[in-house]
Amino acid sequence: MKALSINNLTKTYSNGFEALKDIQLNVEQGDFFALLGPNGAGKSTTIGVITSLVTKSSGRVSVFDTDIDVDPETAKSHIGLVPQEFNFNGFEQVKHILITQAGYYGMPAKQAEPRADELLRQLGLWEKRHTPARALSGGMKRRLMIARALVHKPKLLILDEPTAGVDIELRRSMWTFLQKINEQGTTIILTTHYLEEAENLCRNIAIIDQGKIIENTDMKSLLNRLDKETFVLYLKQPLSSDFALKEFSYQQIDDTTLEVEINRDEGLNHLFSLLSQQNIEVCGMKNKANRLEELFLSLVEKSEATL
Amino acid sequence: MNSQLSQRWVAFNTLLTREVRRFIRIWPQTLLPPAITMTLYFIIFGNLIGSRIGEMGGFSYMEYIAPGIIMMSVINNAYANVASSFYSAKFQSHIEELLVAPVPNHLILAGYVAGGTARGLCVGLIVTIVSLFFTSIEIQHLFITISMVVLSAVMFALGGFINAIYARSFDEISIIPTFILTPMTYLGGVFYSISLLPEFWQNVSLLNPILYMVNAFRFGMLGVSDIAIEVAFTIIIVCIIGLSSFALYLLNKGTGIRH
Repeated sequence: MKALSINNLTKTYSNGFEALKDIQLNVEQGDFFALLGPNGAGKSTTIGVITSLVTKSSGRVSVFDTDIDVDPETAKSHIGLVPQEFNFNGFEQVKHILITQAGYYGMPAKQAEPRADELLRQLGLWEKRHTPARALSGGMKRRLMIARALVHKPKLLILDEPTAGVDIELRRSMWTFLQKINEQGTTIILTTHYLEEAENLCRNIAIIDQGKIIENTDMKSLLNRLDKETFVLYLKQPLSSDFALKEFSYQQIDDTTLEVEINRDEGLNHLFSLLSQQNIEVCGMKNKANRLEELFLSLVEKSEATL
Repeated sequence: MNSQLSQRWVAFNTLLTREVRRFIRIWPQTLLPPAITMTLYFIIFGNLIGSRIGEMGGFSYMEYIAPGIIMMSVINNAYANVASSFYSAKFQSHIEELLVAPVPNHLILAGYVAGGTARGLCVGLIVTIVSLFFTSIEIQHLFITISMVVLSAVMFALGGFINAIYARSFDEISIIPTFILTPMTYLGGVFYSISLLPEFWQNVSLLNPILYMVNAFRFGMLGVSDIAIEVAFTIIIVCIIGLSSFALYLLNKGTGIRH
């Protein structure tokens, strides 16, 4: 079953701006799906249409086979949304926010309370349950939005840049949490600017640019398309003035740092043997950029060149 | 009760509870000021000036204005509650919590209007208690009194909702109460009988819906009115149907809340 099915979706704002141009997108049940794109590409508009915050101009959207125009209440009951901006009432207490949200989904307070307690504990907000939401730190506010989106046990969780502005420790704990709920059966759609996040978490991916889907495939196939990677090598001793690496494209950053571009079919062994021949010892290395980031940039550049 | 009905009931109840909790939490802004203002009205207009005016409609001036002052506070607070609560929800974007949830638009409208009505009635009760320190109140027609105060609160809560839908700043939710609602209330027969006015102004006054509410409410409490009670009920019910249909149309269209 498809968790989400989007057909011929368009959105033109009243000022004439075409935010979405004939979008086709399917997300299978149980998937962890990345929707990526540069700022203003149409990610949030797409999410807005799915969640009824934005009125579409044309096209069809179904959530678990329920058309959002035909039976909006059932479609909405399947979705949990974590929006990009904080959108809770800052004057309300944390636990009240969760119980109120559950109530909107028809969950009586008696059922909502233990569910809220469970989520507050899981997301490290238990100690703050009686605190007004505005008094929470940025990271806690993000976690509150995740808890709120999950309180009615949605089958499809949509996260619009959930880790923006969150420190790395918290980001990683959120990843673990999201992976866990995905394993438990919740379909997740994630938009993020941290491409490392998408690469680590998501199995399938769509890239949207200027209102069009320019790529929609599984993460593995996409990464396999990467034909070259740039590695940064840290050397034990400074390079001599006559150093040369004829068969590779490289750049000397400083005396002990090299950036080398490696084609996919070349592998690293040949590079290391050339370095060994010149008695150059490598003490560390890393990818210059995240693999998905390189692909993302090249796809977006190509898309923009054709427009 | 089937599952969908029971879910909708829970959603409505949740929204109403949130609205009531909101105005109780900020009681120094919502419940206290009308009590103080209306006490001043009773002291200044009822006691100091009223004692020189004498009787009106066969009652002491204090007795005569008490129903109008109670109704005025109900109307203002029902309107203000929905206007400020719904606009704040828009301003802080937490209206999205409701829009993404499976709550139909008519239930969103009903929840906010019920919240505004609840505040109007709470304030009405407070002002009634205050009025007992200045005059004795004997209700002549209980059903008319209660139904009129509830219908008036509902009507102005709907007005506040429509105002909040169109408002793009906090200024825009105070313009209508300041420049339209307050003058209409003062000219709606709260402090005088329209029979005191020249005929032309009596006819102009009949265009003011607040006149019908105040008089019908006064009829319920004192048994006197400048207008026919059936006409008052008809006008208010027609206004409620018209305003709720328009509010629902705006919600369905997404005016001011959906892009």
